[in-house]
Amino acid sequence: MFREFEDKLLAAGLTERSSPVMGFLDASLEWNRDDPVIPILEEVIQGLSINSILFSKPAEPYRTIISYLARTSGGVICPEDCETRTFLHDLPVCRSMDSREIATILKNRKGVILPDVGLITYGMVSLEQAYVTFSSICFACFVKFFSDYLGALRNRHVDELLQKTFEQVANMPGPHPSFSGALMKGPLDSERMVLDAMDEAGRLTVENRLVDSYFGNISCRLGNTLYISQTGSSLDNLAGCIDPIPMDGSSCTGITASSELDAHLGIIRETGCNTILHGHPRFSVILSMDCDKAHCEQRGQCHIRCREERDVCRIPVVPGEVGTGVYGLCNTVPEAIKDHDGVIVYGHGLFTIGNEDFSKPFFNLFHIEKQCREEYFRRVADLLSRQSAGH
Amino acid sequence: MYGWCGKIARIDLTSQTWEVEKPDISIYQNFIGGRGLAGYYLSPHIHRKWHAPEMPLLIFAGPLTGTTSPTPGRSTFMSRSPLTGTIGDSSVGGCFGTELKKTGFDGLIITGRSRRNIGLEITNTSVQFVPADAIHGMTTSQVQACCKDHGSVAAIGPAAENGVRFSNIIIDGHYAAGRNGLGLILAGKKLKYIAVTGTGKIRIFDPEKLKDERENIRRLMAASPAIFGRFGISAYGTGALYDLMDARNMMPTDNFQKTRFAHAWSMNAHAYEKQYKPGKTGCRGCHVQCKKITDSGRSIPEFETMSHFSALINNHDRETVMEANRICNEMGMDTISAASVLACRQEISGKRIPSQNIVGALLEIAHGKGEYANLGMGSARLARSCGRPDAAITVKQQDLSAYDPRGAMGMALAFAVSTRGACHLRAYPISHEILRKPVATDRFRFTGKARIIKINEDVNAVADSLTACKFTFFAASLEEYAAVFSAVTGHSLTGQDLLKTGERICYHERMMNAKNGFSRKDDDLPPRFFGEPETSQSAADLKPIDRKAFQKAVSDYYTVRGLDQDGMPVAEKIKELGLDGI
Repeated sequence: MFREFEDKLLAAGLTERSSPVMGFLDASLEWNRDDPVIPILEEVIQGLSINSILFSKPAEPYRTIISYLARTSGGVICPEDCETRTFLHDLPVCRSMDSREIATILKNRKGVILPDVGLITYGMVSLEQAYVTFSSICFACFVKFFSDYLGALRNRHVDELLQKTFEQVANMPGPHPSFSGALMKGPLDSERMVLDAMDEAGRLTVENRLVDSYFGNISCRLGNTLYISQTGSSLDNLAGCIDPIPMDGSSCTGITASSELDAHLGIIRETGCNTILHGHPRFSVILSMDCDKAHCEQRGQCHIRCREERDVCRIPVVPGEVGTGVYGLCNTVPEAIKDHDGVIVYGHGLFTIGNEDFSKPFFNLFHIEKQCREEYFRRVADLLSRQSAGH
Repeated sequence: MYGWCGKIARIDLTSQTWEVEKPDISIYQNFIGGRGLAGYYLSPHIHRKWHAPEMPLLIFAGPLTGTTSPTPGRSTFMSRSPLTGTIGDSSVGGCFGTELKKTGFDGLIITGRSRRNIGLEITNTSVQFVPADAIHGMTTSQVQACCKDHGSVAAIGPAAENGVRFSNIIIDGHYAAGRNGLGLILAGKKLKYIAVTGTGKIRIFDPEKLKDERENIRRLMAASPAIFGRFGISAYGTGALYDLMDARNMMPTDNFQKTRFAHAWSMNAHAYEKQYKPGKTGCRGCHVQCKKITDSGRSIPEFETMSHFSALINNHDRETVMEANRICNEMGMDTISAASVLACRQEISGKRIPSQNIVGALLEIAHGKGEYANLGMGSARLARSCGRPDAAITVKQQDLSAYDPRGAMGMALAFAVSTRGACHLRAYPISHEILRKPVATDRFRFTGKARIIKINEDVNAVADSLTACKFTFFAASLEEYAAVFSAVTGHSLTGQDLLKTGERICYHERMMNAKNGFSRKDDDLPPRFFGEPETSQSAADLKPIDRKAFQKAVSDYYTVRGLDQDGMPVAEKIKELGLDGI
């Protein structure tokens, strides 16, 4: 059990190999290894009704970013991406290793940031919850830091510490992955082919670090059946986690399908496509939140109320929340994706579509994220050069 | 006081008098409301026979009932169960809890026994004892019609009056305070109905914060496939689970002898939707609207009813299921237990009851007349009396609901250790074992399940006490509900603080059951699940439960719960939870 999550943390670049300390509690408490921090974690566990705990120093660039945000946050970090807004609310910071203080914070939130020390997250059902929260905090802080920097640059509020931190981390994510391989060729005309193609596309999306394991979903239509990843499944481990859903609605087995099922069905209805890939690539999300419109009356509500026709690298950006409901992205994405390679949902992620197989959705997601990353640094360079030119 | 009203009404049916009690704030803080408070007031009487006049019927709303909090419309009915002998309680929807709070009462404690049949009519300022001889024997909808100007109505039907052990109290014509036979408690007191109507308002400590926190929960609910997804319970009602349980080889078929039903495809929620075209409705103040009712007022059966009145008794006629559901509500009988006793009888007799005879059989049970009259004793007693105890699929004499425990080890453990007999709702492990929320767990393993079940029992005890609908917890957690609670009451608590209160409530229930002799021997499943592989050809991978692993999980549960290895409460834990003075 521990090994699975150690490997996942490492593969996603969230921690280094020997860093994570994990505890699992049923009738008795087990640890993945010995570590001096365990007595403190045991005291934390005693103050909470939980069944698993994860402590680790994040890997770079998350370590530097999270330390900066923790130092400058005033006690609570408030990212504005969709994951945080919906599931984590905010990210509390604890400035000491005192187990009582840590437990007090964890009584209210799913994770806590210990500046320059690490993150502690927990689960009440399984270690997977602790992993997902750890991953979400890293993602949220990454997005917040790069968004904040761009915003501060635009508003000329970049102080020395922010600039120094940015310069430190700007190159840390490394070059954009290069992928020269090929995906399974369509047409995908049997259930076996569909499942294999979905499995491959999901795995490659994660392996190429376009998205973290739990941040996305995928579907494929075969005749009158939609095959879609289940809610809470990992894109890189889809075996047994794909629901076949009759598109005539004659069965409710899709009750465990991804929360974006309605969006997938809407996209198919609007475009006639057969394959859909959705993920949360970082720079697509960051740029979706970069808006230079000053004094907008919708500010703070952009994720649900923005009515501007926006795009990033010629990819439309639309508002919308996870799932259904009045503000659900299922109401905005299907219409917007017509005649485009993809759609970015504000502060959330990217949808891409194809017909024959997953080559087009995968490569479009790959290239859009690459373009967004290049565009981000182009905007930074542009703003810096304007400012140095005295504009 | 914010959230709470600060008053409860003590009503004595023998003397036909009532008085107001104002509980100390510490009682509210320690037990919250709903199931927690009801348990607190049941405790001194738990040693009594269920039919003793002093045995109270307790009806409690919670601090969130009647507010704009998400899913606030529930209340708890509690007494000692005539079916199981354990504590007996039911969280029920409709409007009753909301109307009760609007009268200015957090709860009702009803004791004594009237000499004549009566009804109770409760308004802001009065409790009236109304003669009800004229409506004795009426169905619940007839009682409802008689009380149509008196707000929300909780009524019993002929089943309770004729001694059916699994009789229910029916709220507002469609919502059942079900399972433990609580209808018999009212019948024993000669109380046909309770009607409440109020005009008061619940004071909110911080309305703006409540609005923000409510939105946080509603956002999570919108993101939940099981609630607001295309195939979720808002769209199809709880029947949305039907296809999945069959697909996962967990649909109890032929009295739990099989786990897949050949006719499932034609008996699912979609088929009802297509045939009956129901509209959406629901409990007061709830935006999920999971209740499905047709234009002519017929309820679409809930999942448990849909499953047990089809697969469990091998019936593939939808109209029979619809009618069986209606008759059970009219007569005031628990649908799960009613279908189970029919299935038990089928297995014992070796004869299937034809679909066209099912409704007639139910009427005979309810009226205590005819060939099926003795089925009113429930399947455990029936099977024993026939020398076939193995044919009763019960825990603590309560029938299992529509999840075969061989397909989910958490469910197996939860059924066994539940304080009110076999109950899927106490810990609702289907959430993670089947619906993947908050994350998926391995349904075929006991690893970790002891603590998960304990924690989720505590969570659901809080939900039943606040009150909130358990389905909300497919999406939200106590982290969000603690913020709602704080906004409503002004008492700043964390999710983990609430969880500690949930632990107190659950432990208190174990203490009450222990006083009546319940122990490890009762925390067990029917032998069928350990010895027999089920026999559906399509479910070859569903094995019997490993008895040793099950017993270890029970032992682990006791350790985690702070009980001794016989399942009995221990002094140290009682003290830790502040229960030593009770």
